[in-house]
Amino acid sequence: MSTDTTTEPEDASLEDLLARVDDLETRLADLEATPDDSQKMVVVATKGTLDMAYPPLILASTAAAFGYDVTVFHTFWGLDILHEERSSALKLSSVGNPNVPVPNAIAALPGMDEVTTRLMRKRIAENDVATVEELVDLSIETGVDLQACQMTIDLLGYDEDDFFDGVTTGVGAASAFREMVEADVQLLV
Amino acid sequence: MSTNIDATETLDVKGQSCPMPVVETGRAIDDLAVGETLEVLATDSGSVSDLAGWTDATAGVELVAQAEDGDVYIHYVRKTE
Repeated sequence: MSTDTTTEPEDASLEDLLARVDDLETRLADLEATPDDSQKMVVVATKGTLDMAYPPLILASTAAAFGYDVTVFHTFWGLDILHEERSSALKLSSVGNPNVPVPNAIAALPGMDEVTTRLMRKRIAENDVATVEELVDLSIETGVDLQACQMTIDLLGYDEDDFFDGVTTGVGAASAFREMVEADVQLLV
Repeated sequence: MSTNIDATETLDVKGQSCPMPVVETGRAIDDLAVGETLEVLATDSGSVSDLAGWTDATAGVELVAQAEDGDVYIHYVRKTE
């Protein structure tokens, strides 16, 4: 019985296997050369009241500390958080807020929002909680991409120069959505 | 109480609230060399679980110990890579 007929296919399959190993090693090396182990969070910030400015900024700076690549897309009144003048004048609403200890009929009186806002700011200061501006600065310093939606900048009559240095303008829903698709965490605030 | 942990640097975030203890610890760790330990002094009671969670989920850091001294929470974080 000849062994030629059996060794030839074995040699061929060995060659095949070696070729496959080579191929796999090359592909593994390629994968290792471009690791995609960065994690990403995208927050959409739509609210511009004093209380609602905090969650996106606190989560953003915290996620950055966890090593996440973070984008906060600010749209509608969320733009005010990034607005150089308006961010320091964010207000707390008295009406429709059951945690404000006055009835809605009184909460609706002129000047009541200023009163509740002043009380909230006092508490923020007393508890050494960072201000909105400090959290914006901190977020930018820690590499968070704070984005201002271009459509709502135009809609609300703002100007691109109205925003803090480091804020990204000229972005829209498509770029936000593309980032959300790639993100591990997506939040609408 | 006392600990025998050798810290290279001390970060004082006493008086600061969430998210500052974690965020400032993250920034301070960046300046440390691998193997060095950071001592974090905080008064925010939330910093106990926050720093435990942060070190658990973040690559390159390890929580060595946590302690309390009066109203100060002391955390020891080692840079591992």
